[in-house]
Amino acid sequence: MKTIIFKTASTYLLPLLILFSVFILLRGHYLPGGGFVGGLIASIAFIIHSFANGLEKTKTIIKFHPGFLMPIGLAIALLSGAAPLLIGQSLMTGLWFDEPIAVIGMVGSALFFDTGVYLVVIGVTLTIIFTITETI
Amino acid sequence: MELLLVILIGLLYAAGIYMMLRRSMVKLILGLILLGNGANMLIFLLGRIVKGKPPIIDSAEKMFTEIYADPVPQALILTAIVISFGLQSFAIILVKRAYKITDTDDLDELNTTDEIYE
Amino acid sequence: MKGKNTFTFFRNLGFLTLKKKSPISMILAILSGFIVASMIPLMSKFIKGKGSILIPFLPLALFIYFLTFLPQVSQGNPIDFFYSWVPSFGVDLSFRLDGLSLLFTLLITGIGTLVFFYTYSYLKGHVYLDRFYGYLSMFMASMLGLVLSDNIMTLFIFWELTSISSFFLIGFNNEDPKSRKSAMLALSITGLGGLFLLAAVILLGYVGGTYSIQELLSQSELLKASANYNWIIFLLFIAAFTKSAQFPFHFWLPGAMKAPTPVSTYLHSATMVKAGIYLLARFTPVLGGTAEWNTTLIIVGAITMVYAAIHSLFRLDMKGILAYSTISALGILVFLIGLGTEEALLAAGVFILVHALYKATLFLITGIVDHETGSRDVTVLSGLRKVMMPVAVAAFLAALSNAGAPPFFGFVGKDLIYEATLHFGDWAYVLTGAAIVTNICLLFAGLLAGYKPFAGPLPKQFEKVHLPHPTMWVPPLILAGLGLVFGIFPSLIEKSLIQPVFTSLVNNDTIIHLKLWHGFNLVLGLSALTLATGVLLYWKLKPSNNLLRKTFKFEILSPKTLTEQFGNLFSNFAKLWTGFFQNGYLRNYVITILGFLTLLLAFRLYQGVNIYIDTATLTDVTIYEAIVVIIMAASIIFTVFSKSRLVAVASLGVIGYAICLIFLFYSAPDLAMTQFSIDTLTVILFVLVIYNLPKYKSFSKKRVRIRDGILSIFFGTLIALLTLEVLSEPLNRETSKYYAENAYILAKGKNVVNVILVDFRGFDTIVEITVLVIAAIGVFSLLKLRLKSIEKE
Repeated sequence: MKTIIFKTASTYLLPLLILFSVFILLRGHYLPGGGFVGGLIASIAFIIHSFANGLEKTKTIIKFHPGFLMPIGLAIALLSGAAPLLIGQSLMTGLWFDEPIAVIGMVGSALFFDTGVYLVVIGVTLTIIFTITETI
Repeated sequence: MELLLVILIGLLYAAGIYMMLRRSMVKLILGLILLGNGANMLIFLLGRIVKGKPPIIDSAEKMFTEIYADPVPQALILTAIVISFGLQSFAIILVKRAYKITDTDDLDELNTTDEIYE
Repeated sequence: MKGKNTFTFFRNLGFLTLKKKSPISMILAILSGFIVASMIPLMSKFIKGKGSILIPFLPLALFIYFLTFLPQVSQGNPIDFFYSWVPSFGVDLSFRLDGLSLLFTLLITGIGTLVFFYTYSYLKGHVYLDRFYGYLSMFMASMLGLVLSDNIMTLFIFWELTSISSFFLIGFNNEDPKSRKSAMLALSITGLGGLFLLAAVILLGYVGGTYSIQELLSQSELLKASANYNWIIFLLFIAAFTKSAQFPFHFWLPGAMKAPTPVSTYLHSATMVKAGIYLLARFTPVLGGTAEWNTTLIIVGAITMVYAAIHSLFRLDMKGILAYSTISALGILVFLIGLGTEEALLAAGVFILVHALYKATLFLITGIVDHETGSRDVTVLSGLRKVMMPVAVAAFLAALSNAGAPPFFGFVGKDLIYEATLHFGDWAYVLTGAAIVTNICLLFAGLLAGYKPFAGPLPKQFEKVHLPHPTMWVPPLILAGLGLVFGIFPSLIEKSLIQPVFTSLVNNDTIIHLKLWHGFNLVLGLSALTLATGVLLYWKLKPSNNLLRKTFKFEILSPKTLTEQFGNLFSNFAKLWTGFFQNGYLRNYVITILGFLTLLLAFRLYQGVNIYIDTATLTDVTIYEAIVVIIMAASIIFTVFSKSRLVAVASLGVIGYAICLIFLFYSAPDLAMTQFSIDTLTVILFVLVIYNLPKYKSFSKKRVRIRDGILSIFFGTLIALLTLEVLSEPLNRETSKYYAENAYILAKGKNVVNVILVDFRGFDTIVEITVLVIAAIGVFSLLKLRLKSIEKE
C-alpha cells in the first residue's frame, strides 16, 4: 500500500480532510453534517494517513493517544448540557450568544455539545483501529 | 419503489438470520451486520420515503413551507448506524480473541462456559 | 404481699428512663439492632479485637429499657406507639407493648444479653466475630419488631427479617457444605411460611378492613363469620407451623443446629421458633375459639410433641437431643393454645417462660462442653462435674426444672399443663396421656443432656478440661437459678409478668394465681408418675448407636426425605428443561426465539391480513434506483453463498454503499454521509483482521442448511408482509411535526435531524457516545491486556 503516489497524496489529504470534517461539524446545525459525520471523516483522514505512512508517523502527528479524546469529548458534551444549570435553567436547555460570529454563524451550547460528540467519535474510532493495527 | 424496498428488507432479514444460524463465528458477525442493515432500512421505510425533500429548513424560512422527509426515523437510524459500528468492532475482536484462545471457530464447540479455563 | 413488693421495686426502676415515652424512643430501641449491625462492618477490626466486649451492652441496655415498662403494663395498661410510615398503603409503624409482647421482649433482650456475653468468649478471636455480632443484632432487632408490631404488615416484614438473619446465622460456618445445606433448608421452609403469612395478612386486611391487630380484635366476630375464615386460619397455621417447627415442617430445626451454639440457644430454642407460637397466641383472641382453630392446633400440637419427644430418645448428640426436645416443647405450646381454655392459655404463658429458661441453659451448657471437650456425644461424655462444677450445677438445675421436679418453675408449668388437659371434657384422658408420654420423654432427654455428661467417673481424655471464661458459665447459671427462684417464689412474676400475658391472651379480667403447692390431688399424682417413670426410663434405656441406627429405617417415610424427593423432582425437571432450551448452542436459542416469533406473527397474519397498497401513492422507480436495488440484492446473495471471506466482506461493503445511495435518493443526506463513513470503516476493520480470523469452513450438513434456509426465508417473508401491512396503515406524525416545527423556533437549528440529536434528544446522544466509549475500551482491553495463563501456548 505504501506507494509513492498514495504517500504523497495522503500527506496533503490529511489537513484537507480534517478541515473538511471541521466544516461538516460546524454547519451541522443548518445543513447536513454534524458531530458524528465530522468525527468519522476526521478519523478516516488519520486512518488513510496511517496506511500510507505507517502508524508510527501518524502517531507522531497526533502526539497523544487518541483514547484521551474520549473523556475530553464526553466532558465537553456533559458540561455544555449542564451549563444552563449555572444560570438557573433546567438541564440541557439551549443557550445562545446574542451576536453571530463570523464564518461560523450563531454559536450556542448545541455547538459545544456537537464538538463533544465529534471528539468522542474520533477517539473511539481511532482507538479501535489503531489498537487493532498495532496488535495484529 | 416501496415494494422493491420491502423485498430488499425481507431479503436482508432472511440472509441475516441464515448467517446467524451457521456454526462459523465470522458468519455470525456478518449475519449481525446484515440484520442491522435490514432493521435500519425497515425503520427508514416505515417513516415513509420522500424524494428530494430533506428535513432541512430553507435558509430564508423559519419553518417548513412544503412537505419534508420524516426526521425522527432518520435521527434513530443515524444513532443506530454509529452504535452498530461500536458493536461490530467489539464483536469482531471478541471472535478473534475467542478463536485464539479456544482454537476453534465452531460455535458448537463453545457451548460450555466453564471448561475453557481448565 | 410479696407480689406487691416486687411491684414497687420495678416501679422504682421506672425513674431511670424518660418520664414521657415518645414513639421515637421505641422506634430507636427496635431499630438499634439494625443500626449497630450496619455500623459493625465499618469498625470490624475494633469489634474483633478490643471492642468485642462492648456489643453485649446493647441488649443489656434494651433489656433495662423494656423493664421500665413493666410497672405500667402489669397494671393492665398496654402502651401504644404510633408513627405513620406509608399511609397510602395503611402501613404504619405502630407498636403496642402489652403483656404478651413484654414477656417476649424481655426474653429476647434478656436471653439476648446472656447469649451476647457468652458469644464474647465462645467465638473469641474468630475471624468473622464482627459478622456474627452483626447478624445477631439484626436478628434481635427483627425479633423485637415482630413481637411489638401492632400493624400486621410490619409484623410480616419483621417476620421475614428473622428468617433471613436466621439463614445467615445457620450458615455462619459457610465453608461447611452441610451448614450451607441446612441454612438453605431452613430458609426455604420458613420462607415458604412467610409467603403464607403474607397471604394471611392480606386476607385479614381485606376481610377486616384494617391492618391493626387492635382494630382486628373488635372485628373478631366478623372475621369468624366470614367465608374466608378457613382460608385465613389455614394460611396463618402454615406460617406458624413452619416457623415453630411443627409436624410435618419440623425437620429444618435439627439441621439448624449446625449453627454455632449461641445461635441454637438464642434462635432455635428461646426466641425465633417461638415466633410461630407468638403469632398463634396473638391471634387467639381474634380468630380463636372456633372448632376448626382448636381441633387443628390440638391435633398438630399433639402429634408434634409426641413424635418429637419419642425421637429425642434415640439421639446421641447433645444438640440433637435438645433439638428434638425443643420441637416437642413447641408442640406442647401449640397444643395448649389449641385447647384454648383459660387454664390452657395460662399454662402456655407460663410454659413459654419455663421452657426458655431451662432450654437456653441446656444449650449454653452443650456449647461449653463442646467448646472445652470437643465432643457432644452423650455416650462418651461423663464425670465432667469434677472439672467444671458451676456448669454442672447449672446443668443439673436446668435438667430438674425440665423434669418438672418441685420446687422448680418447671413443676409449676407442668402442673398447669396437666390441669388444663384434665379439665378438657370428653377427651381429657387421651390428651392427658399424650402429655404424660411427652413429659416422660422430655424428662429423659433433659437428664441425658443435663445430667449424664457430668455424672459418673471422669475419663482420662477429659482430665485436662478446665472451666471456661466466666462470661460463658455465668449466663447458664443465671438462667438456671431463675428457674429455681421463680419456682419457689412464683409470686415474683405472677402479677407483674404472667397476669398481663394472660390478660392479652384471653382478653378478659380474670385474675390468676400461680402456686407451687396445690395439695395432694390427681395432678400431683400425675407429676409423681411422670417423674418416677422418666427416671426409671433413664436407668433402663441406655442410648447407643444401635438404637440410633434402627431409627434410620424409618427415614424413608419421614417428611424430610419426602420433601427432599419433592425438591429433587424440581431439579430434575429444571435439568430437563435447561438441557432442552438452554443447551449452549447459539443456533438453538435463535431457532427457538425465531420459531416462536414466526408462529406468533403467522398466527396474527392468518387472522386477517390487511394489506392494501394504493399504487398511486407509491414513489416511482427510476433506472438508477432499479440498478441500485439489483446490485444490493445480488450482493446479499453473494455475501451469503460466497466461499471466500474476502468476497463476503466486499459484498457486505457493497450492500452498505447501496444503502447509502438509497438514503441519498430519499432525502436523508445525513444518513447517507454517516452510512458511507461507517461502511468504509467497517470494511477497513474487516480487512485489518480478516487474515487473523478463522477461514471459512462448512460445518453444517446439507440437511441442516436447507432447514435453516427455509426458516430464514419464511421469517424474511413474514417481515416483508408485516412491513406491507404497516405501510397500508396511516402514520401518526405528531412527534416529527413537533420537532420540525420547533427546530428553529426553540433550538435555532435548521437541520432537524441534527437538532434532534444534539438538542431535543441530547440526553440520548450522551448515553450513545458513552456506549461507544465503552465499546472502544472493550476492544482496547481485549487486545492489549494479556489473558496471562491462557495465552502461553
